[in-house]
Amino acid sequence: MSGAAALAAAPAGRAAAPARARRLTPWGLAAPLGLAYAAFFVAPLLMLVAVSFYADERMTRWGLDQWRRFLLDGFHWKVVADTLLLGLKSVVATTLLGFPFALLYRGASPRWQRVLLFVAVMPLLTSVVVRTFAWIVILGREGVVNQLVLGLGLAAEPLRLLQTELGLVISLTQIEMPLLLLPLLSVMARIDPRLLDASASLGASPWRTLFRVILPLAAPGLAAGCLLVFASSTTAFISQSVIGGGRLVYLPAMIWQQAMVVANWPFAATAAIALLVSVSAVIAVIAYAGRVAAGHAHG
Amino acid sequence: MRMARRRNASEISYGLVMGGLAVLALLILVGPVLVVLATSFTDSRSIRFPPEGFSIRWYALLLDAGRSRQIHRAAGNTLQVALVSAGLATLLGTAAALGLSRLAGRAGRAADAFLMSPLVLPGLAFGLAALMYFTLLGFRPSLELIIAGHLVVVAPFVLRTVGASLSQLDPALLDASLSLGASPLHGFRRITLPLIAPGIAAGAFLAFMASVDNVPVSLFLSSARTDMLPIRMWGMMESTLDVRVAAVSGTLVLAAFLLMLVMERFTGLTRRMRG
Repeated sequence: MSGAAALAAAPAGRAAAPARARRLTPWGLAAPLGLAYAAFFVAPLLMLVAVSFYADERMTRWGLDQWRRFLLDGFHWKVVADTLLLGLKSVVATTLLGFPFALLYRGASPRWQRVLLFVAVMPLLTSVVVRTFAWIVILGREGVVNQLVLGLGLAAEPLRLLQTELGLVISLTQIEMPLLLLPLLSVMARIDPRLLDASASLGASPWRTLFRVILPLAAPGLAAGCLLVFASSTTAFISQSVIGGGRLVYLPAMIWQQAMVVANWPFAATAAIALLVSVSAVIAVIAYAGRVAAGHAHG
Repeated sequence: MRMARRRNASEISYGLVMGGLAVLALLILVGPVLVVLATSFTDSRSIRFPPEGFSIRWYALLLDAGRSRQIHRAAGNTLQVALVSAGLATLLGTAAALGLSRLAGRAGRAADAFLMSPLVLPGLAFGLAALMYFTLLGFRPSLELIIAGHLVVVAPFVLRTVGASLSQLDPALLDASLSLGASPLHGFRRITLPLIAPGIAAGAFLAFMASVDNVPVSLFLSSARTDMLPIRMWGMMESTLDVRVAAVSGTLVLAAFLLMLVMERFTGLTRRMRG
């Protein structure tokens, strides 16, 4: 803003030369990365689409066979649905725990805010594989949870948590929570505390304040976080296969299996495009919901 | 009177529910990291918690060049790929962020969305696409290909942190230097660069960590010769659940912790990640 004002205030002749330099360079500066994306990102994705239109796995002739095979089999639709549902369950679980954490952060002193922020970020910087491994130790037959449950006499036999979707969702909650927290904490910190005081002094209960004041104000950050959690948990191949086990089939495992074990690239490409399209569709809906909610808060 | 009581009840329920969930969140965030660290010092041959006895035998085995050769090679590859891809991403990403910051309007927003898209795109689909692309073009598996794949996936981190520092930069500073007769390059070197340097450093660090951590691309592009650490660890977890997995994990946790403390000190990393 102040830059535009300064520019407008500058004498016309003096501003002309830098202005031209400014008009020319932005695209030039972005070009090297843009070219790298064209060569290593756009071209591969186009190739993926092309491969999906090979009719046979030896890739000798074109045809819609793989697409027909994918779309006409109910099992594949179920895998797509299970994958998206897993993502949604992770989003709900991370929000349920992450939002109260963000409220705690909002009310904390600057010193504690730094500690909480560190705690939120730390898991993000320990490898996904490490986090997955941690949950094997926690959820296994002789794991932390079972030792606790058996020790307290809550169950006679060890609970089966590994290789179940419940165990997988619990693990993904921790594995993906930092992705939710980062954007959420940032909007939370910007909420004007006087709004909450005003809401309380007008007689609103804390619950009402939460749903009518805090939630709408935090919506953009919440949506941004949910989006990242959804994208990451639907593609989390290692967590899905190690904690979920072989009996829970999600799209990533199917893609990997088809590409690397069965060596049917056209079908793997078809499944990968199904993953891309279905995940992107849900992400678009989440992003739209976030914008609508933010619009309400401002309107 | 009754209203006051109702108010109280709702305050208590709010505090209990929200406080309880927040504590659970804290526990679930920190707990697993501590469990991994504790497990890695076990004296037993099986992975169990609480660990039996205390020893560093698994770390010793991990350091043994002969018996852990595969892990060493995978770690070396991972480090090499991360250094080069994060370095390239920092260079290209900073330039692109500088360009994007001066692009207003629809085209600028579209360019920004395009360059950030690998962050929300299912990485696995891209990993498979990269495998098909490089193979059908006739390339054999190599670290260079993995670097190219990682570059795309980690560049958004640089774009985001550098973009954020640029948006906090007061353009009046640069305009002042230009109107005082400084050349644009001089203005960039003496004003813009020092002010966005912490953002660049934070972006480089996040890009490096994202590369070390990457699974979806490495899963498809790595081979026996170009093995990557996360993929090797996955193999170890799927087969024997070797206790060395715990030692590798412990090492990674400690390294990340130390690096993060250093970055926090010099760049205010966590604030930057919060955006």
